[in-house]
Amino acid sequence: MRLLIAFWNIMLKDVRSYYLKPPNISWGLIFPLAWTTMFFIRSGSGMESVSTVLPGVVALSILFGTTSLLAVTVTFEKKNRSFERLLLAPIPLELLMLAKTSGAILFGMANAFVPVVIAAFLIDLSQVEWIVFVLAVFLISVVSTFLGFFVAIEVSEVFEAQTFSNFFRFPMIFLCGLFFPIAALPTFIQPLSYALPLTYGADMLHGAVHGGYIMPFFVDLIILIGLCVVLFVASLRSIKRKWIL
Amino acid sequence: MSLMGGADNDTAIKVEGLGKRFGDVQAVADVEFEVLSGEVFGFLGPNGAGKTTTINILTGLALPDTGTIHIGEIDCTKKPRGAQHLIGVVPDENNLYPELSGFDNLCFCAALYGMSKTERQARARELLEAFDLTKAASRKFDSYSKGMKRKLTIAAGIIHKPKILFLDEPTTGIDVASARHLHKLIRELNRNGTTIFLTTHYIQEAEQLCDRIAFIVSGNIVRVDSVENLVQPIQGKHVIHISCSNYPDDLQIKLNKEFPCLKFMTIQKNLISVEADESIHVGSLVCFLDKQGVDVLEARKIKLSLEDVFVNVTGIGADTMHSEKEKKGGKQ
Repeated sequence: MRLLIAFWNIMLKDVRSYYLKPPNISWGLIFPLAWTTMFFIRSGSGMESVSTVLPGVVALSILFGTTSLLAVTVTFEKKNRSFERLLLAPIPLELLMLAKTSGAILFGMANAFVPVVIAAFLIDLSQVEWIVFVLAVFLISVVSTFLGFFVAIEVSEVFEAQTFSNFFRFPMIFLCGLFFPIAALPTFIQPLSYALPLTYGADMLHGAVHGGYIMPFFVDLIILIGLCVVLFVASLRSIKRKWIL
Repeated sequence: MSLMGGADNDTAIKVEGLGKRFGDVQAVADVEFEVLSGEVFGFLGPNGAGKTTTINILTGLALPDTGTIHIGEIDCTKKPRGAQHLIGVVPDENNLYPELSGFDNLCFCAALYGMSKTERQARARELLEAFDLTKAASRKFDSYSKGMKRKLTIAAGIIHKPKILFLDEPTTGIDVASARHLHKLIRELNRNGTTIFLTTHYIQEAEQLCDRIAFIVSGNIVRVDSVENLVQPIQGKHVIHISCSNYPDDLQIKLNKEFPCLKFMTIQKNLISVEADESIHVGSLVCFLDKQGVDVLEARKIKLSLEDVFVNVTGIGADTMHSEKEKKGGKQ
């Protein structure tokens, strides 16, 4: 119970202090909206292209939403030493990390449904496999959040976190099969695509929206869960190495 | 209250052979001390002496390279964060959340220790009143003055009623009135049974608040003793500082010959220190100096304090400590 109270309050504070702030809400709305419009106009093929574009926009909304905010919140709290207060509390590090990232995971999931709501006004979404879709959204949120957390631990300034994040965020837009099929990429680049977590999340989303899986569903699922565990353990080790000197 | 396992039931903290190195710098070397349950233990030394590193190791924010630590009944060498529920920490810099109000900051800190909503709100109100911050309870922490920030940071450190409180430079950078209020609060906390581990470079503060003091210099503890024992050798000593405009080379020899019961030392250019176990007759000294052709500018009686003991033991001049106060925006 004691740990549950601590967990809940850490998450709640982050949601209130960071994620529910008007600039972040507007970021969460405007960013997916801009991506949707951009790719819709670019496709030039009318409403039927929305279902093809939707998985990519959803994935990007989550990726940018979670990594951008964690880069600010964790790096900022580390810099003004308020993160020390959390480290001094009688909470296991693993639980502390989960509490600190759960707000971002929820924010990522909420971001994901902005383009879905927009799409609902434009096309018929009755064919969508919603259980797979929500599972994919959840796993992409978790993996992106842990990726953002790992970056935030490794750097000391907010701008460093943003710059560092862009090194993997922007390549992922083009390499993960979000908008261009991986098969269409040059052969020597394709192995890199399969090393990126978003590839598997995007595949699950494509499968859920229009049934176009590249890999079997369970391969996507297992690899995404595996990557979540790897990033969580790496972040934990990084905290112990860098913050508990 | 018994806090300690291991050697002694009255020991709250026991540290043996503690060492920590950062690259080429040996921050702490073979540090050993015990803090008794219910006492105020002072850790006194200049900046960079190893005070904050020691606190960080004791509180689980840093891992030692060597040595053992026991806090309460917990072996913190094996479980570095195992004693978090027993300790409260007030760091040298305020680390509360600028975007939260004073009340919300305290409630949040209480939640970290698993206190229920009713408990934490009641405790927050109680502390805001004790620290004279009730009127500012709903204001954001960011808008607080330095003194108010310090007070709220201390309140946050004791929100869960810790058995041991680590205070790292609690009064650095705040005004005299706020510092006095904090001293009062620290004494009250201690009276209520909290063991206090205080690091400071304000010698006077350590003398006023602490039962026992450890002097730490360059990562080494050079002396640990009670304040009484530390100042005992200087009690009853009489010291006068005489400043002159000119100072003949053979003056000290002449003074020693004329006043064999007094001890003369040249502590600065044209500044003589006169020390004795009995009251010093200044008139005869001044007359003698006048006859020697020395212009006496000032003769001042000096009240010896812990500062003099610190200078004697560590070899660090009081001016070094004073300049550090200025660097840190000190008040004394």
